[in-house]
Amino acid sequence: MNLPMDYLDGNAAAGELSKIFAVDVTTAEGKCVYCGTTKRFAEAHVYMEGPGIVARCCVCEQVLLRFVNARQRGFLELRGMSYLRFDTA
Amino acid sequence: MWRVGTVIDLHDETSTARTITLEVPDWPGHVAGQHVDVRLTAPDGYSAARSYSIASAPNSEKRVEITVERLPDGEVSPYLTQELAVGDRLELRGPIGGWFVWRTEQTEAIQLIAGGSGMAPLMAMIRSRTAFGNTAPFRLLYSVREPEAILYRDELEKLSNQDRTMMLAYAYTRVAPREWPRPPGRIDAALIAEATWPSKLGPTCYVCGPTPFVEIAASLLSACGNRSEKIKTERFGPTGGKK
Repeated sequence: MNLPMDYLDGNAAAGELSKIFAVDVTTAEGKCVYCGTTKRFAEAHVYMEGPGIVARCCVCEQVLLRFVNARQRGFLELRGMSYLRFDTA
Repeated sequence: MWRVGTVIDLHDETSTARTITLEVPDWPGHVAGQHVDVRLTAPDGYSAARSYSIASAPNSEKRVEITVERLPDGEVSPYLTQELAVGDRLELRGPIGGWFVWRTEQTEAIQLIAGGSGMAPLMAMIRSRTAFGNTAPFRLLYSVREPEAILYRDELEKLSNQDRTMMLAYAYTRVAPREWPRPPGRIDAALIAEATWPSKLGPTCYVCGPTPFVEIAASLLSACGNRSEKIKTERFGPTGGKK
């Protein structure tokens, strides 16, 4: 896939995602359902120029997460990740 | 959760970059490399948020410094660099992120690579190392447009002059000082080989800058034999997201 090089890291989305996740999402490991890679969410390629946030796998560029916040409603789609593993301590 | 910080100092680093020091009474403390989101709200309720890396070392004074580069058509940075005054208040969310961080317990060799204002979180790491008396060997490769665009220049030079385990190399992309050995240009394999730790030392590498810069630096580090899990990156873009 040839996407423009205007993505950021998972880190850049962490402030917005802190509205949802009680844990630090950047250090959480997510498994991509498309290519099977397990990486820290901080390593995902994040696109923030649109109306929401799109996080893509840094290996296969498929969509891991989408988050849109509009008119006091949030929409979160996570179908590109089979799991997120994080520290609970 | 948004916190309120009061501006206690403003300092121009270059003709386009300003450091803002905030005092945040309920600041929980941070780790070098983390960032904050800054939110500005207009009287009509319109708000805009941007991310800025924290440039200051962790401290007990509830102080947070960010360095903001003014973007000519920016929505937030012209206000922060030209209109904000001491005593003004800003809304902050953070500290954010536990991945792109350097902790004072780390003792391995550290390779820092900064592109432009990507220097800010790496400066927090350098300041943190100094503040906590850590002696891990640090090496910084700082790629910048021209000598006048170097952030924290005096502090960096003082530190590297005083401390042999803090090595500093500049690379210029547009204008180099007179008789500088390397012509201005993008970082390349020869520069990485000359100005970074050999991969056999197993350094942890922190790369921060605009996305294309980070892509190049990370792939050059990787081509030199650094393992991908030892290369941590932080990218920023000119609008909307991280800056």
